[in-house]
Amino acid sequence: MKWIGVALVAGSLLLPPLFAGDFYINLASQILIAAIFALSLNLLVGFGGMTSLGHASYLGVGAYISALLTSRYGFGHGAAALLSIVGTTAMAAFFGVIALRASGLGFLMITLALSQVLWGLAYRMSNVTNGDNGIAGLTRPAPFGISLDSPISFYWFALIVATFALVMMATFVSSAFGSSLKGVRDQPRRMAALGFNPWLIRWITFVYAGFWGGVAGLLYVYYHKYMHPTSLSTTSSAEALLGVIAGGSGTLGGPAVGAALVVLLKNYVSAYLERWNMLLGLVFLFIVLVTPTGIVPGVSRLTTRLRGGER
Amino acid sequence: MQFWIIQGLNSLSLGGLLFLLSSGFSLIFGLMRLANLTHGAFFMLGTYFAATAMRAYDGLNIWVAALGAGIAVAAVGGLFERLVLTRLKANPLGQVLVTLGMSFIISDACLMFWGGDSIPVPTPPNLQSPTRVFGFVFPTYRLVLVGCAIATAILLYFLIERTRLGAMIRAGVDDRQMARAVGIPVSNLFTLVFCLGAGIAGAGGVLGGPVLSAYPGLDADMLPLALIVVILGGIGSLLGAFIGSFIIGIIYTFGTALFPELAYIILFLPMIFVIAFRPQGLFGRVST
Repeated sequence: MKWIGVALVAGSLLLPPLFAGDFYINLASQILIAAIFALSLNLLVGFGGMTSLGHASYLGVGAYISALLTSRYGFGHGAAALLSIVGTTAMAAFFGVIALRASGLGFLMITLALSQVLWGLAYRMSNVTNGDNGIAGLTRPAPFGISLDSPISFYWFALIVATFALVMMATFVSSAFGSSLKGVRDQPRRMAALGFNPWLIRWITFVYAGFWGGVAGLLYVYYHKYMHPTSLSTTSSAEALLGVIAGGSGTLGGPAVGAALVVLLKNYVSAYLERWNMLLGLVFLFIVLVTPTGIVPGVSRLTTRLRGGER
Repeated sequence: MQFWIIQGLNSLSLGGLLFLLSSGFSLIFGLMRLANLTHGAFFMLGTYFAATAMRAYDGLNIWVAALGAGIAVAAVGGLFERLVLTRLKANPLGQVLVTLGMSFIISDACLMFWGGDSIPVPTPPNLQSPTRVFGFVFPTYRLVLVGCAIATAILLYFLIERTRLGAMIRAGVDDRQMARAVGIPVSNLFTLVFCLGAGIAGAGGVLGGPVLSAYPGLDADMLPLALIVVILGGIGSLLGAFIGSFIIGIIYTFGTALFPELAYIILFLPMIFVIAFRPQGLFGRVST
């Protein structure tokens, strides 16, 4: 049963380029980027019990560093990508030290405040970030001389990165460290009594999630070839959080499914009306009030019941 | 010298506004353990209500507008609390997410109804002429704003510390279950405090109108300031919100005037400092 599911997912990821048009391939690339981003947030929210409302900081800063280095300072894509990942991870290390002084709602408020500060900075430091006009005219890298300018080649690139990211994060979660993380989420005091350092475990996870947020940011800026402060906004953090919660936080594949739904919804709704923020808010209300455990756990509970299983 | 005094006054008036915004946030957090992310949107809603009303009825008194908008926003908040938040009592994370969703809905609805251009709120005519104090010229309205914040602070202090209702609220803050057990209707208190907090934010939005004017994104500009104020002052503490508001008002105003590009970084330094050395905030009783 599990393998059928894996085969279905693999098939649906490998097939699009064979027959779909550019529009759908681009949509699929966006879904992959959003999935990496949601998975990285899920490390904090689902496995660490740390609800961050500022995860867009890492996507946005990762993307901004690469955009600024390549367009203004004449860096090559390789060096820019490296510096952007290092910079984003370092920022996560610093923000983690601040935010992890608190837990629960305090943590949430601090992460939100930090990301709002960055958002305001991106708007107001217009001589660096070009403010509301954004940074246009960016290019995509050409790893090993293969240009990523066509939708299909970019899709393959994003798929490879996303697969690697999923494997890395799955390994992280299922490792001994991942178990201690879940232990700290559920029983921090007992874990501390057992000799674990809850703070350090949370901080390492925070930095790791920031790292993958930065990777998602790189893909994001490569895909759009444009950078605007909105990618640092609360809306951007909230979209990822909605993906995590809609898909089922603390499950491995759930956030990817949730992220896909958010991207599809956003693209289809934006084609008809401009009220994306309002819909996002309504979906939030709906998800929290109606399916609080998420879609993937909900569906798997349903299939277990249909197959006559217990539990 | 002129510069320092004028900016000093500006920072006091911003501090006053921030207190009107963050006192409600702090009250709600203290009693309900709820980070109300709709608070910036309540503030903005107040500003828009007043801007519309004062445009429709020329010469409408700003105090009447503040009272009306405060009541209207309190009603919106009360409905939201009764219809949505009470269903999520056992789910604090769900409550935060719902307030976030609600803030998106309100801010997008404002954009839909009032469009993308900023709408000015006129300064009351009798407060337009500047006041002279010790030979310096002050905009009168900003002085009045500081007075309003201080008056609100005193009223809230008496409400919380000196009335029966306040005693019930304090009991609910300290030990919700015991308060319930001795017969205090905590659930109704929640609604009341939520309405009160939303109403103060809405009225604060009206009073801030002549300084800030109503524009889309006002909520996103104000919410982080409120968050930083309560993180700094201590969550749930009225005194903390008061002191924190003026600290942030001073830092933000002078930061913007002296280093316009770095104002946001300067803003976040005191927050980091306080979190590092006193995670519960300057006047917080419990850390969260």
